[in-house]
Amino acid sequence: MDNLIQQLLNGITWGSIYALIALGYTMVYGVLRLINFAHGEVYMMGAMTGYYTARALGLATEPSLGGLALVLVTSMLACGLLGAVIERVAYRPLRGAGRLAPLITAIGVSLFLQNTGQLVFGADPKFFPALLRSEEVWRSGDVAVSNIQLTVLVTAVVLMAGLEFIVQRTRFGRAMRAVSYDAPAAALMGVPVDRVITGTFVLGSMLAAAAGILVGLSNPKIEPLMGLMPGLKAFVAAVLGGIGSVPGAMVGGLLLGVIETLVTGYLSSTYRDAIAFVILVLILLYRPTGLFGQPQTEKV
Amino acid sequence: MSRTGWARLAGFGVALAALHFAPLALNPYFVTILARIGIAIVAAASLQLVNGFTGQFSIGHAGFMGLGAYASAAFSVYLGAAVLDALGGALPAGLARLLYFPFPLLVGGLVAAAAGLVVAVPALRLRGDYLAIATLGAGEIIRIAILNVDSVGGARGFSLASDVHPGVDLRFDSLAGVYGVAVIAIAAIARLVYAGGGLAFRAVREDETAAESLGIPTTRVKVEAFLVSSFFAGVAGALFAHSEGYIHTNSFSFVRSFEIVTFVVLGGLGSLSGAVLAAAVLTAAPELLRGLGEWRMILYAALLIATMILRPQGLLGQRELWPLSRLAAPDPPSS
Repeated sequence: MDNLIQQLLNGITWGSIYALIALGYTMVYGVLRLINFAHGEVYMMGAMTGYYTARALGLATEPSLGGLALVLVTSMLACGLLGAVIERVAYRPLRGAGRLAPLITAIGVSLFLQNTGQLVFGADPKFFPALLRSEEVWRSGDVAVSNIQLTVLVTAVVLMAGLEFIVQRTRFGRAMRAVSYDAPAAALMGVPVDRVITGTFVLGSMLAAAAGILVGLSNPKIEPLMGLMPGLKAFVAAVLGGIGSVPGAMVGGLLLGVIETLVTGYLSSTYRDAIAFVILVLILLYRPTGLFGQPQTEKV
Repeated sequence: MSRTGWARLAGFGVALAALHFAPLALNPYFVTILARIGIAIVAAASLQLVNGFTGQFSIGHAGFMGLGAYASAAFSVYLGAAVLDALGGALPAGLARLLYFPFPLLVGGLVAAAAGLVVAVPALRLRGDYLAIATLGAGEIIRIAILNVDSVGGARGFSLASDVHPGVDLRFDSLAGVYGVAVIAIAAIARLVYAGGGLAFRAVREDETAAESLGIPTTRVKVEAFLVSSFFAGVAGALFAHSEGYIHTNSFSFVRSFEIVTFVVLGGLGSLSGAVLAAAVLTAAPELLRGLGEWRMILYAALLIATMILRPQGLLGQRELWPLSRLAAPDPPSS
């Protein structure tokens, strides 16, 4: 029983990271109907920026919450900028050119960032500096919560609450929802669609950067290709929740994290990667719009 | 057959003979690259049928390719020696070896086609992005499933020169074979899509609802496209397995699927020669850029983005470089 609770706890921590990445996929899909395959690489760049910032500021030697916050904010700002640049360079020129051309430039951007990463950072894994000293903050029987897990969870929840606030309560959020609902109509109502799209990329990329830092905290080995699998899995999580739906991405991420951890813990770790895709295929066959998606009727 | 028909066939024969003996004159590095280009062409042409002509967006092609590669390699490792012996009993050894290779290629193609059918029937209820995502998932499931089969090597990879039948090497280093298969694949797909009945594929691509209302059995058309496409993907995988001699599931991940999708979109959706051209150029490019050292893949990615922005419709759009549609029509009456 204790083991199960511990596994669930680990799953939720890991799932909250998936959820942060999944949000970027789902928001971009919402406004552009584009599967942004370069998103996993933004997450990688987040972790790398964090690594270099922490080393440059000498934070690795003195673990503190303030240092972590500083690294987190720097990395989020850098990746927000990166997201805006990616959108400007690779996607905006293809606005209105069909939906497949941007998919290929997304693959191109992904390759570009992976290979630039290998050239600049080196292909060998790096060890993310310990920004927090790992200690147990709570224990009951065999169930233990570390301060790192707690930090990951709290940070993820705060960021998601912040996003929910932006999407539901601000002018920008309303514009985002309008573009997602019907971009041409939104444009006719005076919504600056291009600016909203850029803003969406910035927001999504900032969340991915945060996910990169949080992964660095709990699983410190980082390398230029680290974005591939988690990127794809987070995308699965977004589909699981209903692509285009913000609460869907959060729930989908958490569910996927928990399921993967349980499969690893109780079945076999070799099936860990398969389970995400089995869930993906099942959900598509039985409920293609995901848990929170709105079914769309086809008009002839 | 008309005189030009015979001339063409003769030219084709000369080209195959030249390719067959090319490995003797070229350095092995070029031979490997040329073989890879041929295999990429088969994979790209087969995906073009589904993505470009039928308008169903599949991004799991590498799964079928991998299945074909592993099925054919398993055939060669476990049954190859016996089949080769049976052929060798009646024929000279060189000829027996040549006649052996259609077997693993067919096995790879048929197994992949069977998997294609299993995937297509439920998946084709989905449309657009959801179909794409489902094929991506199916491709990864196939890959991870193979990774867990120990008799084909599992995580160690699978070598054709295994110790099941020591001394039997069923590697296949004939460029003529690879390009012969490529020509067959292109001709088969061209005949399928450019013959009268082939309009059905394009009708489904342009508007599924309208096609259905005209009495086109859209589901059957889509399944047919998927079946033929996964068959040739399997053949491409079998060629890959037999020319490389060693395969690993890492070669068939979604990264490979994306690569094949890139061939198809960059070449121009709905252009068979475009897919062939893009497959050749994009497979050769990283080798041509090798002089740039670490910068080559960065430049490759940048070129890919730039080309797509400059030609969003792909290199050839929907046009064909040579009149492939004539493959489907009977020769004009000679006067």
